[in-house]
Amino acid sequence: MRPGSTSAACAALVSRDLTLVWRRRGDALNPILFALIVVALFPLALGPEPEQLRRIAAGVVFVALLLAGLLALDTLFRGDYEDGSLEQLVLSPHPLSLLLACKIAVHWLTTALPLIVIAPLLGELLHLPGEVRGVLVLALLLATPLLSLIGAVCVALTVGMHRSGMLLALLVLPLYVPVLIFGAGACSAAQAGLPFLAPLLWLAAALVLALVLAPLACAAALRISLS
Amino acid sequence: MPPSHDSHDRPALLEARGLAFSRNDEPIFGPLDFVLRAGEVVLIEGDNGAGKSTLLRVLSGLLAPTSGEIRLDGEPLTLARLSPRVALLSHHTGLKHELSAIENLRFAAGLHGQRKGMSPPSALGGVGLEGYADVAVRQLSAGQKKRVALARVLLAPVGLWLLDEPYANLDLDGIKLVNRLLENHANRGGAALITSHGAYAYTSGTPRKVALRASSPAQAGEAKT
Repeated sequence: MRPGSTSAACAALVSRDLTLVWRRRGDALNPILFALIVVALFPLALGPEPEQLRRIAAGVVFVALLLAGLLALDTLFRGDYEDGSLEQLVLSPHPLSLLLACKIAVHWLTTALPLIVIAPLLGELLHLPGEVRGVLVLALLLATPLLSLIGAVCVALTVGMHRSGMLLALLVLPLYVPVLIFGAGACSAAQAGLPFLAPLLWLAAALVLALVLAPLACAAALRISLS
Repeated sequence: MPPSHDSHDRPALLEARGLAFSRNDEPIFGPLDFVLRAGEVVLIEGDNGAGKSTLLRVLSGLLAPTSGEIRLDGEPLTLARLSPRVALLSHHTGLKHELSAIENLRFAAGLHGQRKGMSPPSALGGVGLEGYADVAVRQLSAGQKKRVALARVLLAPVGLWLLDEPYANLDLDGIKLVNRLLENHANRGGAALITSHGAYAYTSGTPRKVALRASSPAQAGEAKT
């Protein structure tokens, strides 16, 4: 009898989740379409004046991506909870927090990263100045993993409830506010020609903290949800 | 090791003393005392709602008992010590419907490890599903899904099986298969706790039974040997 190694378990989990995403690859497009539509709503509502759109561009892209990520968040543990594989994950001999960290990483890779890739395009739709584009992508690269980690803890808490969608949003959005302030703040500082490094460093510091703590909190929350 | 279900000289794999569980101050089962030894198959009997599934979830470590204690190999149970030794088959089979049977088992092997001399294909063969390796679980019947879930249990390198309604959805052949798996498992020194609400057929020897009653504190579940 030999229990496998922890790295083998993580590898198995990552490859399973990637395979699952690939099998449902149609669904993977949804957050992108959602973000695209949300961004397109703003010129429709506010009028097409480039000057006005340029001013709000970075913030709008940030909020659109944040909301798209929020919609995708519920799928993080929902399927695993419903078919019982979450139980199996908890019962595996490996540290649950590490396994969950792998799950969150795959989720970020498959939902947030495509959004970041199209972010410059979304910015372009709103006449985002070219020199801000890099800062926007950098801020998103730091902010979205943070959003995924914070969101994962809240999803873990609510996964046992039916129709937890609205509750999840109410739980998560206040926690997203600081991330949004620093992320969009870096962009608007860059746009105004001011130094933008400090908010980015704050995001990086928060990300490091969340990388360490969120999987642990997530594991504890899931054990509560399963009982 | 011959399976003699009444031998008391073997070490206790799992021991429950005064085990009880309540949810929101409403007693679900217990207090309950029983011992599970290597080579034993114990049947938990009880009506719907008697707390059979809850008992298995408590014994697997997913739920913390309200009172009483569980000892595993003579030591108090913790999830960290428990998980390498227990395989749980619950109502939710833990299978991904988009993946094929063999992909599901490979994942289980990666997560839990695999029994010596056992591999995902041989486990699938062990439950009579040769030739179904590459079929998506979605396309399998309920009974076949159950068999894949049993293959997962068979594959896990553990001594203790906790099977919730292993006979549900199975045809006669499937019931015989479960009995054979349980018998082999007991013969190699493993132990199993299985639940059933009566319509079951474990034929090898007479298994010990633990009866659960839908409990109020006054009519507690009792253990019979």
